Amino acid sequence: MSDVYIVGVDMIKFGRFPDRTVPDLAAEAALLALDDAGLSIKDMQALYCGNLGQAGAMVGQRLLAEIGQTGIPVTNVANACATGATAFRDGWMAIKARVYDLVLAVGVEQMGKGLLGGGGGVSTEGLIGSGTMPAMFAQIGMEHTRKYGTTFEQFAKVSVKNHHHSTMNPKSMYQIETPLEQVMQSEMISYPNTKLMCSVNVDGSAAAVLASESAVKRLGLMDRAVKVRASVMSSNPYEERQMAMPDFTVATRLAAKWAYEQAGVGPEDIDLVELHDCFATAELVHYENLGLCADGEAGRLIDEGATALGGKTPVNVSGGLLSKGHPLGATGIANIYEVATHLRGEAGARQVEGARLGLTHVVGGGPGLGTACAIHVLEKA
Amino acid sequence: MTEETKPELPRLTPFIKTNDGGDHYLAGSRCGACGETFVGERRICAACCARDRMETIRLADTGKVYAFTIVERSFPGVKTPFVDVTVDLDDGAHIKGTLEDVDPIMAAIRFDMPVKLAFREATPINAPGKPHLTYVFVPA
Repeated sequence: MSDVYIVGVDMIKFGRFPDRTVPDLAAEAALLALDDAGLSIKDMQALYCGNLGQAGAMVGQRLLAEIGQTGIPVTNVANACATGATAFRDGWMAIKARVYDLVLAVGVEQMGKGLLGGGGGVSTEGLIGSGTMPAMFAQIGMEHTRKYGTTFEQFAKVSVKNHHHSTMNPKSMYQIETPLEQVMQSEMISYPNTKLMCSVNVDGSAAAVLASESAVKRLGLMDRAVKVRASVMSSNPYEERQMAMPDFTVATRLAAKWAYEQAGVGPEDIDLVELHDCFATAELVHYENLGLCADGEAGRLIDEGATALGGKTPVNVSGGLLSKGHPLGATGIANIYEVATHLRGEAGARQVEGARLGLTHVVGGGPGLGTACAIHVLEKA
Repeated sequence: MTEETKPELPRLTPFIKTNDGGDHYLAGSRCGACGETFVGERRICAACCARDRMETIRLADTGKVYAFTIVERSFPGVKTPFVDVTVDLDDGAHIKGTLEDVDPIMAAIRFDMPVKLAFREATPINAPGKPHLTYVFVPA
């Protein structure tokens, strides 16, 4: 089967844009990605549009109403925090299946402030535990503490690192250093996650133009093309505690296994990773889930700086969800933008030198919902 | 219903049951094919996919804290802090809940701390004036 390439990819600077519309935010990223490829919406044969907040409101069609109604098929996608990556993968599959050879994938989200979680119906919050996302990921961190003795300080170091990385990323929501004491002393939300250890609710969008190998060659776009070496998704296979405690580990481990198999590489071959650091506790757990270290070694990895820029496997050099921000439907494609930018050698001050292979990971879900995980392995073409 | 009968409180979750003697308990299911135990009643096993092998059971009243956190900030209107726990029940089921009758501080709670079920009246934040029957955990 022929390979699929990214020939254009970009994101808007994440921020808070309450006066703009969702299609308007999506349109900005779509045009940036098309411009990056030097192509027009008229060249696109299909659109895959990811958005969660307006999942029933045909965001993809409204996006085309902003940038050009060419009549192409539109697939609107919603899949929790894996929404953007799911849209990207739908485009990848369509090209892999030789249905199209040039498609556009867009992820977009406009979010309010405040805690995420809960659900419909009579609220059980506080009465049957908590459905807030910070509490959920606090317990996931505490499970790691239970097994391996991971400390509050080790979790907090993730936020110090990712906020530091974001000072080199002009498209990040924040560009501020947060020293360890500041992270640990900021408002406690759910132990061990303080406010600075929670991802930032922001508005944002990101987009990618995907092309078949023959289209890349025909258009002469191989110079800056990025090859998709693996595109996989998983849902949560049964695990005994997951009805009580949402589980992001088994789905991630399953997707990681498939991704490494599909790409024919191992975690030791990966030069940089953008993973789903929705909370500081999550990042450490995913080091192990993605095979960046053995089980129980995540605390040591952050202590040694192995995942900081300049370390063995830099993780979330974009600033991650913790500092760049987490517009749910956009995050999956924004992560792909980050890794592709490093593979192209265009990441400026935060460039991972000599990056050849990178991995992106998103995982979403919630209490009583289930889990969606997507992993992509990308390579400089 | 006679006038003397106190109206039954609505259940905060459908797996809270009451037996003929008036005792509250939690309903669960056990798979006759693989032995997995679930909270709530169900017909198909999520673990082994067996159909129609589920037996409805009364879940254990006791268990141990597997993981926990102190929730300091929650949705507007929710009283904090409170203790959010994942409990491994003694029959193999796993369930989420609030741990009450302890100080909501980290030092007061430990992994594998023995707990037991209690049933209490509580009012959800989005149902003012409408108390429900819920379950909580308390130290055993």
